[in-house]
Amino acid sequence: MATNPLGAGEGGPNAESVFGPPRRRFGERVIAVALFCAAATSVVITVGIVVSLAGETLTFFADEAVTVGGFLTEGQWTPLFSDPQFGIRPLVQGTLIISGIALIVAIPLGIGTAAFLSEYASPRLRNALKPTLELLAGVPTVVFGYFALTYFTPTVLNGILGLDVAVFNGLAGGIIVGVLIVPTIASVAEDAMSAVPQSLREGAYGLGASRRQVTVRVVVPAALSGITAGIVLGASRAVGETMVVLIAAGQVPTTSFDPRNPMETMTAFIGATGKGDVPTGSTGYKAIFAVGFALFLMTLILNMISIRFVRRYRQVYE
Amino acid sequence: MTTAQAKPVIEVLGVPPAGQRLRDSLFVLILVALTSVALIVLAVLLIDTGIDGIPQLSWSFLTSFPSAFPEKAGIESAITGTLWLMAVVSFVIVPLGVASAIYLEEYADRNRWWNRLIEVNIQNLAAVPSIVYGILGLAYIVRGPLSLGRTVLAGGLTLALVVLPVVIITGREALRAVPPSIKEGALALGATRWQAIWRQTLPGSIPGIATGVILSISRAIGETAPLILVGAATFVAFNPTGLDSPFTALPLQIFSWVSQPNDQFRMLAAAAIIVLLVILIILNAAAIRLRNRYQQRW
Repeated sequence: MATNPLGAGEGGPNAESVFGPPRRRFGERVIAVALFCAAATSVVITVGIVVSLAGETLTFFADEAVTVGGFLTEGQWTPLFSDPQFGIRPLVQGTLIISGIALIVAIPLGIGTAAFLSEYASPRLRNALKPTLELLAGVPTVVFGYFALTYFTPTVLNGILGLDVAVFNGLAGGIIVGVLIVPTIASVAEDAMSAVPQSLREGAYGLGASRRQVTVRVVVPAALSGITAGIVLGASRAVGETMVVLIAAGQVPTTSFDPRNPMETMTAFIGATGKGDVPTGSTGYKAIFAVGFALFLMTLILNMISIRFVRRYRQVYE
Repeated sequence: MTTAQAKPVIEVLGVPPAGQRLRDSLFVLILVALTSVALIVLAVLLIDTGIDGIPQLSWSFLTSFPSAFPEKAGIESAITGTLWLMAVVSFVIVPLGVASAIYLEEYADRNRWWNRLIEVNIQNLAAVPSIVYGILGLAYIVRGPLSLGRTVLAGGLTLALVVLPVVIITGREALRAVPPSIKEGALALGATRWQAIWRQTLPGSIPGIATGVILSISRAIGETAPLILVGAATFVAFNPTGLDSPFTALPLQIFSWVSQPNDQFRMLAAAAIIVLLVILIILNAAAIRLRNRYQQRW
């Protein structure tokens, strides 16, 4: 901790040279230590997550029905059957397919929204649109799950589009998760686009570019690392999204690639198994932790990539 | 975007060719369409839920307990459960979140590796899926070291962990918005570091902190996945009597009704969604009012 309580001593004569050394106050030290402990709690939480997940995962692999190789490569996931199979591939595949559909939906919507807000909308329109997007981000995901199951699948997918999908299907889950992550992508991307210096735009205008050309050829490339950060963060949210897929995508672990059929994601497995009465200590119970650990690692990697990209654009323009 | 004094580009370069103008207007149309999609989905969602749910809303729906018969079922225990959770979450996140924000903003020396670790760690925690917190809650709060059982306290603590990073991040922004000159003035008059923070910086940042706290609480009460794992029951025919009481909550009740194949229960889910959304809108409106009313321009 700094020895100079004014914290403003650089440059001019510092407080110590004017007033003499500060009196040490015991209370001040206690407060500083207490505040540090509060901030350190967050590290304790992370350690708690890692230790609890890793610990049970180790006992999961110690179980004789489970092998690490089978877990990673086999194509069957039936932990609650009498002859349980523990191949995580169907769950990972379900997660990737649904997140992929979500990103196909959310990337154009998110970037389009960000470009419109940052480059076209008047300040008044922007002030009206941004809170509405925040409202969308604030709607609980269980509500989107209800919407996907009771409206989107029967009325839009089967009715209007005539796609002949199952009651529970990966497509509805993926599309609605996509809408759900639009605010995430849009807000990070818009921040990055607004941070592009005005002089770059003016340079392009000076060369006779239209607003579209400025947006597409100057602003978007200049904000690319921020836009990427938004997309990666959106992907991380899609991978971790639980309620929509648990309600609307079904609970059938499958290696089929057809999103019109039910599929199960990693999160949906955790939710569905955690809801039931799985006895503590059973292999099914431990499977929650193993799948949770894999999920945590996937989102952790995505988050680290996203933080890295955000840092890059901050460094360039700030 | 052109500066005021400069001649408009059109006067200098002449009118752009028709093909380019067409592409320009097409581009605007596409952007408007892309921006509207999310808003249209939100509107359809609200209208659809309203059509299904509003006819189900009645005083007896709000004051009855869950039941196997849809016409008798209500959400009283879910509402009281949610209120209990809100109380527990606020008790945890306000002191812990504000203290962490003060430390990171006012005390932490960024050249020390442990302070950078705390910072990156909080950014990461903010993006950890909420269901992972549910697993943590199940392993360490419901069972394991804390062994609180499937109680209000366990549910509230788990939800508090989910939103804590958001409280810290918004708290830091609020503290940063208070100009350092205010604190430096106090320091120059002989205040200690803590006196300057406690009496000058903190009061100036309270509207921003309060906004962040309210928004975090509203996020917490919409969370469903962690509560599923922490094992809140979905059929609780009594109100929680204390922190050690079993409980249910609105989003869980919604989830439980949506999972029923019976259409009448799904209508009830729509009605419960409306109640949950009304609570969230009240909280958000309070947060926006706070922000607009007490926000100081320095």
